[in-house]
Amino acid sequence: MAGLVARKDLRVEGRGRVALNQVLPFAFIVMVMFAFALERLPTPANTGDTLLELVAPGLIWLATLFSLLLLVQRSFAIEADDGALDALRVAGVDPVALFLGKASALAVQLAALEAVLLGAALLLYGTELRAGGVVLLVATWLTATCGLAAVGTLYGGLAAGARGRETLLPLLLLPVVAPVLIGATRAVEAALGIEDTAIADGWPWFGVVAVFAVAFGAGGVLAFGPLIDE
Amino acid sequence: MTTPSTGTRATRALGGSALGGVGWLLAFGLGFSPSDRNQAESVRILYVHVPSAWLAYLAFVVTAVASGVYLFSKRHALGWDRLAGASAEVGVLFMGITLVTGMLWGRLTWGVFWEWDARLTTTAFLFVTYIGYLAVRRLGGTHEQRARRSAVIALLAVLEIPLVHWSVRLWRSLHQEATVLRPDGEVKMDGLMLFSLFVGIVAFTLLYVWLVIHRQRTMAAEDALEDRGLDAALAARRAEATTVEVG
Amino acid sequence: MDGAVIELVDAVAVLGRFPALAGATLTVAPGEILLLRGPNGAGKTTLLRLCAGLLPLARGQGRVLGFDLATQRTAVRPHVGLLGHRNGLYLDLTVAENVAFWGATAGATTGEVAAAVTRLGLVGRLADLEVRRLSAGQARRTALACLVARRARLWLLDEPHAGLDAAARDELDATLREATAAGATVVVASHELERAGALATRTVDVVAGQTRDAIGGLGAGRPLSQPSDARQPSDESDGGLA
Repeated sequence: MAGLVARKDLRVEGRGRVALNQVLPFAFIVMVMFAFALERLPTPANTGDTLLELVAPGLIWLATLFSLLLLVQRSFAIEADDGALDALRVAGVDPVALFLGKASALAVQLAALEAVLLGAALLLYGTELRAGGVVLLVATWLTATCGLAAVGTLYGGLAAGARGRETLLPLLLLPVVAPVLIGATRAVEAALGIEDTAIADGWPWFGVVAVFAVAFGAGGVLAFGPLIDE
Repeated sequence: MTTPSTGTRATRALGGSALGGVGWLLAFGLGFSPSDRNQAESVRILYVHVPSAWLAYLAFVVTAVASGVYLFSKRHALGWDRLAGASAEVGVLFMGITLVTGMLWGRLTWGVFWEWDARLTTTAFLFVTYIGYLAVRRLGGTHEQRARRSAVIALLAVLEIPLVHWSVRLWRSLHQEATVLRPDGEVKMDGLMLFSLFVGIVAFTLLYVWLVIHRQRTMAAEDALEDRGLDAALAARRAEATTVEVG
Repeated sequence: MDGAVIELVDAVAVLGRFPALAGATLTVAPGEILLLRGPNGAGKTTLLRLCAGLLPLARGQGRVLGFDLATQRTAVRPHVGLLGHRNGLYLDLTVAENVAFWGATAGATTGEVAAAVTRLGLVGRLADLEVRRLSAGQARRTALACLVARRARLWLLDEPHAGLDAAARDELDATLREATAAGATVVVASHELERAGALATRTVDVVAGQTRDAIGGLGAGRPLSQPSDARQPSDESDGGLA
């Protein structure tokens, strides 16, 4: 059943292409705006990296978080459009399956978006990849995505249909994802070798992200049902 | 006719002792305890800051436990939900006091309002999380819906706050060089200062309990009012039927 | 009554603070087609949603398909089909994809899904149109096809004839009769008194949140004046959380 829900969500996205046509450009614009705000020339004091190169990992994850808000809103907007959420309840779809299905579809969209953002950083910020860090990079990418998708679906379900939902979601979601921002940024910094950080230093940070993903994956499975039911 | 109030003999005794406690705190904090060698008079802010912080975290724990009891007990008694809500409201208050006094103290002692250390940052996060919790409580619906939603949010916060604290701590441990200029936040306290601090904690705890009891009672009254409103609304709705037939 | 599909005794259901249903008493036997009649704001939609297990029972007692509404309302839902004011469809998916999805949630086979689509006349070019592009009547028929594919034991329909042309209405009536012949029970809330009255085996008036058996049968009832709208929220549910 979860697969059914996930495929449905992805099919809707494939048809409407809202994430592709709206959220992705938004994320890209955010990356560009960061550059406008933060661009500085290299100083002799540091290793010659510009400010943007130094903070690129953080900016990638920030842009990801902002895009997460939009993707979550969209994920639940398709249910609200024609009253499908009610229909899902009546259909007797198990809340656990619903949660896993929507979170999986969200994860797929998010993962694709993050990959594009990394590409944007390579282009715009002068970031360089490091061969030894690829494993850490991919591991962080996948785990952070799972954690973010889980927590986003969970709070999205709460905010769906609630008064002031558009403004409630950021208020609830952003504080919660702080550990992912901290951990994933540091892990990617290590993977890319920013300021000559060793790759080994990045793995504890990956651990933070992994714990988050497991905790909120489990928490989401348990909590989603009570949250969406009347 | 006497106006109804949420006070009882027990809360009056409690309120009295809370007031007395605060009086003691003022006496000791401002008068009897000595000024610190390094920080002079500004250390006195700590007598408010530390108890507030203690209280904010106590309130958080109470909210979480009450939410858990509400969700997992057979009876789902709404009293637990109201306790969670009351504790959260008082907790936000004390959290605000903690942050403001912390900022004042930081400014006086080290010249900066804010420090990105684990404790302050986690407290700020807890503050925002509380505010989100209170926003969720105001989403409307039946009492049971409100109780269930907020209980889930409170338990998720229990999950999230340690994670935030742990990650901020790891993060700050990277920045040890920044703390060379500033001591790590602990103040050497002699006997009288510790005693004043203790008085502060006791006084604030009494204050907290008093506030939560009263708030919970007003919440119970509000809920009862809504329920009675239902009876009135039912009667009015049924009366519509007769007017419709006559018309 | 044993084997009754719906049994409500003085049921009260609230929307926020407002008692939309203020004491409904109703018994529905298997195989009936029941018509709920009443002005806007009377509580028909709320009654249907209560029987679907979507709303909690605030007071009174209720049993649907043997499940107690006070304690087992989630268990009621898979056996029930609800067609509300909105269709519950995914606007970006085609007719065929929607029916396939909703049928699958009830375990329907591809054959059953195809049969439902054909039954409601959604064949040919229509089946591959996105719901967003359909007319109101076509969308309604799609929603009905989803209901057919799910083979619910109890059908709860809120103004199902609205937006359908004459041919589609005939189709709908035939579908409902087939469903009851196959063992389902149907409850219809409608303003289409003549058509629905001809279809129904029994009529019940819903007035100000309460039920009473029809006065003088279909069409012959006195026109009921509209109660004041000042206090009442719209009947419309927005498909999200209450």
